[in-house]
Amino acid sequence: EAGVGGFFTKTKSEINLFFNLVCDPADVISTVEFNQTGEFLATGDKGGRVVIFQREPQGEYNVYSTFQSHEPEFDYLKSFEIEEKINKIRWLPPHNPAHFLLSTNDKTVKLWKVSEKDKRAEGYNLRDEEGRLKDLSTITTLQVPVLRPMDLLVEASPRRVFANAHAYHINSISVNSDCETYLSADDLRINLWHLNITDRSFNIVDLKPENMEDLSEVITVAEFHPHHCHLLAFSSSTGTTRLCDMRARALCDQHAKLFEEAVDPSRQSFFSEIVSSVSDVKFSHSGRYLLTRDYLTVKVWDLNMENKPMETYQVHDYLRTKLCSLYESDCIFDKFECAWNGTDSVIMTGAYNNYFRMFDRASLRDVTLEASREVCKRRAVLQPRRVCVGKKRKETDVSVDSLDFRKKILHTAWHPKENIIAIAASNNLYIFQDRLTPNGHHNTPEIQSAM
Amino acid sequence: MAGAEGDDSLYPIAVLIDELRNEDVQLRLNSIKKLSTIALALEVERTRTELLPFLTDTIYDEDEVLLALAEQLGSFTVLVGGPEFVHCLLPPLESLATVEETVVRDKAVESLRKISQEHSPVDLEVHFVPLVKRLASGDWFTSRTSACGLFSVCYPHVSSTVKAEIRQHFRTLCSDDTPMVRRAASSKLGEFAKVLELDYVKSDIIPLFTALASDEQDSVRLLAVESGVSIATLLPQEDLEDLVMPTLRQAAEDKSWRVRYMVADKFSELQKAVGPEITKNDLVPAFQNLLKDCEAEVRTAAANKVKVFCESLPEDSRETIIMTHILPCVKELVSDTNQHVKSALASVIMGLSTILGKDNTVEHLLPLFLVQLKDEYPEVRLNIISNLDCVNEVIGIRQLSQSLLPAIVELAEDAKWRVRLAIIEYMPLLAGQLGVEFFDEKLNSLCMAWLIDHVYAIREAATCNLMKLVEKFGAEWAQNTIVPKVLGMANDSNYLHRMTTLFCINALSEVCGQEITTKHMLPVVLKMSTDQVANVRFNVARCLQKIGPVLDSSALQAEVKPVLEKLATDQDMDVKYFALDAISGMYPFISLTFQHISSQKHFHSPLYYPLQFFFFNKSAKMSTILCFSVNMGSNGCNITKSEKLKGV
Repeated sequence: EAGVGGFFTKTKSEINLFFNLVCDPADVISTVEFNQTGEFLATGDKGGRVVIFQREPQGEYNVYSTFQSHEPEFDYLKSFEIEEKINKIRWLPPHNPAHFLLSTNDKTVKLWKVSEKDKRAEGYNLRDEEGRLKDLSTITTLQVPVLRPMDLLVEASPRRVFANAHAYHINSISVNSDCETYLSADDLRINLWHLNITDRSFNIVDLKPENMEDLSEVITVAEFHPHHCHLLAFSSSTGTTRLCDMRARALCDQHAKLFEEAVDPSRQSFFSEIVSSVSDVKFSHSGRYLLTRDYLTVKVWDLNMENKPMETYQVHDYLRTKLCSLYESDCIFDKFECAWNGTDSVIMTGAYNNYFRMFDRASLRDVTLEASREVCKRRAVLQPRRVCVGKKRKETDVSVDSLDFRKKILHTAWHPKENIIAIAASNNLYIFQDRLTPNGHHNTPEIQSAM
Repeated sequence: MAGAEGDDSLYPIAVLIDELRNEDVQLRLNSIKKLSTIALALEVERTRTELLPFLTDTIYDEDEVLLALAEQLGSFTVLVGGPEFVHCLLPPLESLATVEETVVRDKAVESLRKISQEHSPVDLEVHFVPLVKRLASGDWFTSRTSACGLFSVCYPHVSSTVKAEIRQHFRTLCSDDTPMVRRAASSKLGEFAKVLELDYVKSDIIPLFTALASDEQDSVRLLAVESGVSIATLLPQEDLEDLVMPTLRQAAEDKSWRVRYMVADKFSELQKAVGPEITKNDLVPAFQNLLKDCEAEVRTAAANKVKVFCESLPEDSRETIIMTHILPCVKELVSDTNQHVKSALASVIMGLSTILGKDNTVEHLLPLFLVQLKDEYPEVRLNIISNLDCVNEVIGIRQLSQSLLPAIVELAEDAKWRVRLAIIEYMPLLAGQLGVEFFDEKLNSLCMAWLIDHVYAIREAATCNLMKLVEKFGAEWAQNTIVPKVLGMANDSNYLHRMTTLFCINALSEVCGQEITTKHMLPVVLKMSTDQVANVRFNVARCLQKIGPVLDSSALQAEVKPVLEKLATDQDMDVKYFALDAISGMYPFISLTFQHISSQKHFHSPLYYPLQFFFFNKSAKMSTILCFSVNMGSNGCNITKSEKLKGV
């Protein structure tokens, strides 16, 4: 168990002890993803490990399986190291009692099967159960092994390795609703794979210019539509999101729709393009809307309206005056993810200082919550936080200048049906649930476990 | 019974059984492959009661083991006691039919289909049909997709009530929630329709077909196309128009290029299925549209079908249809923007000349051939050249020769060695069609130039090409034209060229015959035995071994033997090795391979370092799948060229 991230193996009673441990960089969580039913939750980390949690009947998530998905590698042709960090995890729709997921690092996508085994064969002809050879003269009849129940064993086995198709770093993978293909996107290209074929993929988008000096944008995220197998969206560093129809052409270089908001020239600055780069795109569960996250805002787009977003929510507008120092510390390039709740009525995204934000689309109310060891006591209700510019108005307010930019919540996931959220903050995974009103109010999540 | 015979006879079987659960996959696989031996030893009773239950639960194993198991069980009927007990095989195959791995499921279904034939009608209803129903209503899509392939095998042999149930189950699967199951149903629809009574085809299958062909997922719709073709073959002509044509017409104009691609790809089958009248009225315009499609993939598929489509047009109106409807589209395709479209067209366009006859070919097709011969993409030109024989029959190749020559020369000097290699392979064919005079005048110099190409694979192909030319034009021609040039290279300053001489002699000695070999080639070879480069010397030894059978024994004794004996004392160990090898292997002839010396040190030997990286870029739409191989040794080039190309 030594190789497993420290906190994953700790039981709840040891939480306090764990808090004193120093964080190993390999333990930093790099992706979080619920499966289609929400019964399972997978995390990937910088050390190339995948940890799967299963929801117990009582509602708590416990570790179900841990495995090493990727190992560090070295590309000898191009002379560079390939990190083992898991960039994305995507679950496949259920096939059979086993569970399947795709995990990817910068270069290679792998399909994993996580299955349970509860029977064991017993009865050898030539050996006894301890493995000692039997005396041959005692063998007078043949024995067919019989299966006997045993303790449940969860195994993860690699089923496919999809390699050698990306010249740049893979930033997203997405399973198609036809359940037989998926896409993988790197900085300049999007490839389409068949889940059963590992030696061939189709390049459907290629932004690489003839001359790399003409390069003006890179792909930041790509995702398939949840229901229509021919639609995919991808966003770019210039702040645009494109919708492609794979029915129209084999190559999707020409988009069907381009979602872009006209920039107000008066607010243009050196940082405008950097902060407008889209760091995450999520289709709503209904398939009608697109959620995009850029550095300062989250936007909801209607697929039928390309020229401006339906809704724009400020995540941390108070940083607008701090862009210069954020640029110097490279924080301005942080890629925050965003998530929809099961009914598409609330959206969630991360921020700095271990804060994360939720926006209720109907009531337009929003809340800032904090995921940190200090405040996340079991069964305690999270208190809203407020960041203020200038003078504090309340005792609990936090000044912009005291925000800790090293503590950031980049990866979040929302249970597909219930109000359960998973928040990754550095090497900690927080799972909160709204216990009082299962389908209603969102902004009083209760801590289920702080690990 | 086995016990009575003592331990000895039991032992091998005991090992096999134990290895069914060995940790090593390979051993488990071996054991599974000998499952029939185990079953034979256990006898039918214990196979049924012990072995099969164990196998039913071993679905946790590796795919390759499960695949082997699924295959074995398909021919296990005798081992469980014959047709009477064949149903005992159903449980393990049922569990195999639900695993996630498609190949295993497909194999299990195949075996189930096979053993369904061994069921009596009663057993089918009692054991097999319930299994199909269980699979069809399984929780996981894997079991439901497997069920789709089993309906057609049991349907013909069951009572009408069961038939009705089976039809109902199939209907349900056609509207399954998951696209995977709808795809499976869609692809099995045609097969199922074949075993149904015609009335049910009309009442049941047609609505299902219409629904699947307008499914929201294009991955389902495209599979319905093929089923549509099968269904069309089942229906009487008068029903086609009402029942399937509206749907097929819609498919040919589908919004998704993948569906249109399927229509184009299945076009000749479709043409056959619907008959001449519908072809004339419907398919001709549809085919025109496909040839003009906005997606290059569709045009490529359609272009591939041009010849077959034209050939199968009804005879009375064939020429008119081609001239007025198809040819204008073909003309446009000749200057298409996509190279794959042009290349597909180039591979079939020559075939039209036999259909259209001499005059039309000269007037209409010839200009197109000439355009394609000048195409910027070598593949297009190559495809034209490789099909020259069709035109040759109709108008003679002379008409083309003026344009042909520049095209060949350009290909022969292409910067990509694969292109050069491809044209070399057509040389013997071209030589045969163009005749010896034309060849000597225009092409001979090319063939000789390839001998000094800087890529080994080309030089090798060039030597082989010379051999084929000599086979065609005879030894006398060889003596006058190529042998002097080949032998002249023996004095070249580049040792690679000197070695090429030896390789040519290896290839040519047999076709040129004893006289030329002894008189002209042998002296040169013998002279080269004193070459200063060891590689040349050991190739002399190999060459002497190779041409040995062609020489008479006096020459062998008087001239070859002393030289080989001298080489056998060479200071270079490889020369020594090959000389000794040649001496000992003079009779019988020993084929030459590099492998057995490749483990030795050969730092000075250039034969061992064509270290090459091959990158394949299959086509524009595909991503670059980097498939690379590093070849050590000269014959490595060969392996890469032929096998990898096909594989990628």
